[in-house]
Amino acid sequence: MNRNVIISFGFHSLLVIITAMSLPFLAKKPIDLPPIISVELIQISDKTNIPFAPKAKKIIEKVKEKEKKLVSEQAPPKKIKKQTPDAVPLPDEKIEKIKKIKDKKQNPEKVETEVKQISEFEKKELFDTNNIAALIDKSKTESAETNKKIDKVTQNQDKEMDFSGLTLSEEDALKAQIFGCWSIPLGLPFNENLLVRIKLQLKPDGSIIRTEILDHARMNKPGQAFYKVLAESALRAIKLCQPLRVPSTGYERWKNMQLNFDAREMLEG
Amino acid sequence: MQEKCWKDKMLFRYLFILLVLLPVKVFALIEVDITRGNLNPLPVAISPLAIDKDSKENFKKILKKKNLGSEISKIVENNLKQSGLFNPLNKDAFLQKPDIANLKPRFEDWNLIKAQALVTGKVTFVDEKLRVEFRLWDVLAGKEMMALAFTTVPSNWRRVGHIITDKVYERLTGEKGYFDTRIIYISEEGPKTNRIKKLAIMDQDGFNNKFLTLGNELVLTPRFSPTNQMVTYLSYFRNLPRVYLLDIETGMQEVVGDFPGMTFAPRFSPDGKKIIMSFAKDGNSDIYTMDLENRIVERISNHPSIDTSPSYSPDGKYITFNSDRSGYQQIYTMKSNGKNVKRISFGNGLYGTPVWSPRGDLIAFTKLHKGKFYIGVMRTDGTGERLLTENFYQEAPSWSPNGRVLIFYRETKTNTKGEGFSAKLWSIDLTGYNERMVKTQTDASDPSWSSLLSN
Repeated sequence: MNRNVIISFGFHSLLVIITAMSLPFLAKKPIDLPPIISVELIQISDKTNIPFAPKAKKIIEKVKEKEKKLVSEQAPPKKIKKQTPDAVPLPDEKIEKIKKIKDKKQNPEKVETEVKQISEFEKKELFDTNNIAALIDKSKTESAETNKKIDKVTQNQDKEMDFSGLTLSEEDALKAQIFGCWSIPLGLPFNENLLVRIKLQLKPDGSIIRTEILDHARMNKPGQAFYKVLAESALRAIKLCQPLRVPSTGYERWKNMQLNFDAREMLEG
Repeated sequence: MQEKCWKDKMLFRYLFILLVLLPVKVFALIEVDITRGNLNPLPVAISPLAIDKDSKENFKKILKKKNLGSEISKIVENNLKQSGLFNPLNKDAFLQKPDIANLKPRFEDWNLIKAQALVTGKVTFVDEKLRVEFRLWDVLAGKEMMALAFTTVPSNWRRVGHIITDKVYERLTGEKGYFDTRIIYISEEGPKTNRIKKLAIMDQDGFNNKFLTLGNELVLTPRFSPTNQMVTYLSYFRNLPRVYLLDIETGMQEVVGDFPGMTFAPRFSPDGKKIIMSFAKDGNSDIYTMDLENRIVERISNHPSIDTSPSYSPDGKYITFNSDRSGYQQIYTMKSNGKNVKRISFGNGLYGTPVWSPRGDLIAFTKLHKGKFYIGVMRTDGTGERLLTENFYQEAPSWSPNGRVLIFYRETKTNTKGEGFSAKLWSIDLTGYNERMVKTQTDASDPSWSSLLSN
């Protein structure tokens, strides 16, 4: 009995040693990790060439915060494939290590905060840094599964976005239309607060059901005659422009809308 | 009992958790910022003023005008067009007749010709007087924006047109108009070596021209008071410069004083109680003020260089002037007591004739650079210099009372060889695009714009 145990122990020990000696990863040098890919995020304002007013920027940033996850997670991984070195089949542990390194070094959370609101078209150019590790080994089903999960989240968020605001191209179309209709009264003092906020209720075809000036009380205050003039010019612009160029879908999200008419930029220039 | 209470608590907790976890559809209000618009002139329809038969006959007798209603509307139309901010539509396209439009316009008809604003009204002859009613309509909103009526003597009919324009302009642009105003200028005739210069006055549109002096004395630099219809100007009497005051309403004229040496460009203070000017005492030109009540002269600037062309800011606290104390003629500002002198022009070339805008935000000037003359504006701290117009020779800008338009004079060669020349008045608005010649009977120079005749 004792002898058998000793023999078994001996053979097992031998096996372990042989296995340990012959395992390839112990013999190999540390693997060169693929270089960290720097991601350049393009400011969308450069592309659309629209000078945003300070207020517009704030609004965009608000919308952007709501959507920041969406933007990064929706990115298709195609471009990365080209940049990564040839896929090396690696054991699971390695993949996890790489993932950790990526997470630590690139800190994708921070990158996301810089992402601007983008149009559908430009989303394709961006990708998610979370996915880089998964991309290195496409064969692993686990990674694929996590990808799937992410995809699901993306779709949900896409729906959410539908209910949260206009895309930049939709906003551009509307702005361009109203720019053409609005005759700015040139006699206004440009150092005053010249913001007129008008709330609209729209029909699905973009025609106006109701308009409401939000600071209505200011119109009849003494010394604020210019504000009345500006508010009237804004109302004329809306009436002249109707039906407004609104998106063909998602009526619920834009049936109520607020237009902020700000003449300062024009009058100062 | 305790158990029920506990159950209730649990139920409440579940409900609370459900409320928190269930996705709630909230539609955030979409905000769109509109920061640009067009600067195209606003399309406006000026319907001829309606006039009944009796009034028509009466006015025909007194004023020799066939249809006073359409004559007045022509003045309004012309004024609005000259401003560059409005595009009066062609009357041939109007679908409604003046008498009907005056009662209640059919907005669809005016909308059809793309009018955004509409002026209607009527003129009647009541008790030997001319009575005008007029209304301004917002065609797109379909509502009345303004309705006014006033009575005057029939001979004032041109002013009626100007007053209507001022009111319409103010209601649509948010700033006061400048149409019921006059321009005083130097009328020039004869060859350059023997020029006859007379003081002349006319409405801002060039009508009702009158000569105020005979032309036997040299007159220079007339300037309107910003508060009333007084004018100060310089005239040479026995080759000595004299500063005069002239009341346009009464025609009364008085000598303010004889000043030694070269005297230049007297100008009123914003309250009209003082005159500011430059003259050379002991060969050094400095800036002085004179109180019109007690005639006390006070020296404001004291510098060995040449200081000329002073102009007050509308609040009377500052003065802008030009000086060559830096080696070249440049524009400076100082407090009204002569302290805190600051140079504000730093561009290439020479700067002169600074004039503070009645709005207080800008200073207009003449600039000479590489043989060309420019009329431009800059902010009161010297930033934001904009040159509005360039020419062979032009100078002496004067502001319209609302600070939107400048009038100046320009000399041009009459033929390609450079022989002969003509001097004309020109106006340009702050955009720099709306440059127009102001019609005068003779050649003209040194214009000055009055304040509004009616307020």
